[in-house]
Amino acid sequence: MLLFLFALLTAASTAVLIFAGGLVTSTGSGLSVPDWPNSYGWFMFTFPRENWVGGIFYEHSHRLIASTVGFLILVLAFWLWRVEPRRWVRRLGFIALGAVITQGVLGGITVLWYLPDPISIAHASLAEIVFCLTTTIALVTSPGWRSRYSRRGPAPDDRTLQRVALATLATVYLQIVVGATMRHTDAGLAIPDFPWMFGHLVPDHWDPKIAIHFAHRVGALCVTLMLLATTGHVLARHRNRLELLRPSILLLALVTLQITLGALTVLSRKEYIINSLHVVTGASILATTLILTLRAHRARFGDALGPAGRVADSRLTAGPDHSGAAAGARA
Amino acid sequence: MRIGSTTMVFTALVATLAAACGGESKSSSPAPAAPVTNPVDPATAGAVIGKVTFMGTPPKAETISMSSDPRCMNAGAKTESVMVSGDGSLQNVFVYVKDGLGNLKFPVPTSALVLDQKGCQYRPHVFGVQAGQPIEILNSDMTLHNIHAWPQTNQEFNMGQSLQGMKDTHVFTTPEIMVPFRCDVHRWMNSFVGVVAHPFFAVTGADGAFELKGLPPGTYTLEAWHEKFGTKTASVTIGAKESKDVAFTFSG
Repeated sequence: MLLFLFALLTAASTAVLIFAGGLVTSTGSGLSVPDWPNSYGWFMFTFPRENWVGGIFYEHSHRLIASTVGFLILVLAFWLWRVEPRRWVRRLGFIALGAVITQGVLGGITVLWYLPDPISIAHASLAEIVFCLTTTIALVTSPGWRSRYSRRGPAPDDRTLQRVALATLATVYLQIVVGATMRHTDAGLAIPDFPWMFGHLVPDHWDPKIAIHFAHRVGALCVTLMLLATTGHVLARHRNRLELLRPSILLLALVTLQITLGALTVLSRKEYIINSLHVVTGASILATTLILTLRAHRARFGDALGPAGRVADSRLTAGPDHSGAAAGARA
Repeated sequence: MRIGSTTMVFTALVATLAAACGGESKSSSPAPAAPVTNPVDPATAGAVIGKVTFMGTPPKAETISMSSDPRCMNAGAKTESVMVSGDGSLQNVFVYVKDGLGNLKFPVPTSALVLDQKGCQYRPHVFGVQAGQPIEILNSDMTLHNIHAWPQTNQEFNMGQSLQGMKDTHVFTTPEIMVPFRCDVHRWMNSFVGVVAHPFFAVTGADGAFELKGLPPGTYTLEAWHEKFGTKTASVTIGAKESKDVAFTFSG
């Protein structure tokens, strides 16, 4: 239980980090601290508080939160390595650690190379992967996952739901990458009106920035339709499964909020708080879709018994007495 | 091994042919004239004087909120992107000789031009230097600044000055109109430098006036650049010891 709570804290911290990163780009503060890993020559953790002014406040806070998240993931990875019976979950911890280290290096490079678009977009896109990894770890160490959500009978193995949810997850991630591209190529106001586009249903003139912005709006439509398909399927077929119903309802609320924030971002000329909330809400939609997708696949994963006996570890399932854990190896 | 030798021989043949062709085309084109250094004869030098005005209703300068850094201590500071006097004179316009100097080469001043950060604003807001002339960047504020220049053809840089009195020197080596400077700590801070290959440039003051002195007789294209209103060009011919008036008018 403690491990789950720690994993939950780590995942929540990752969401905070994404919001802080959104504030950095929304306020244009990415280069306000020109050096890295130091800050104006100071060691990052001793940079005087009185110097956290203007854009430095956002950039330096982002670096400190990132360091904290990195530390939490480091602890989480080693904690999993020590106590987690499932090999793939232990591996997930180290993959998250590798991803967050890479993420830190990308963040440093993008500062030292003056925010080149490909690096900045990669930094934003990898942040979502790190969030997905910490969310997955929190989910699969949760009591509900471990009990296979069995309070209302065995977890459903609905292939249709699994496919639709997986496709939705991919669409949401792709939409976030397009959003990051729009953000870092300064195309956020390339189409300045909403819901119309230059007064039309489709822009009457084009350039690369307008095309990127248009792709993000089309992407929003695709994501909405995909989420409606997924949640509609859950509501129609699995209304009694709370582990599926809750994230579905949350997704409907989040996508409504997200479209509102997207519209407000344009109409407010990219007001930085609204803009950053749009970023973190996008990440929340991704994480919630991931949770729904993994839960829809729960029946296809093995058992996850507690740390008492590492029976789900495939290395320990070879013996005849561990037949119940064979599913663990399959997972 | 045999294939490798054949490839090497073939490559050498192609390279020889390419070199021969290249040499031929080079010898057929006329050799460029050698640049003339310090070509201005004071006895014949002329000048262009003029004024830049704005027609219409200019946008009002806004008061800058510096609340994100209490150490800026510049209450009431206004934006400087559009500064128009009562008579329509337009300030902060960079005027320079865009064309007409041929391959004349001019000595580059060794003295540095100072770009000061004072009251969390750049001083001056618009200025010009010759390519190769040093720019001394000074922090006169009790707070820290980053100085971020992002040219298109010169080298981009971003440096920090964390203490009052800090100085750094930078040289732009290639002519470029204009190179923007920005402080990412204080997002309202920006400045522009015109980097040119000659000394014939000026920035308009509050009276909108400019003067380009010491020009050799000839026909020139002048360009006036403003950060909000874009560019205007004019052609002017000056004779020996002649002074011509040129007016530029921008509109919003």
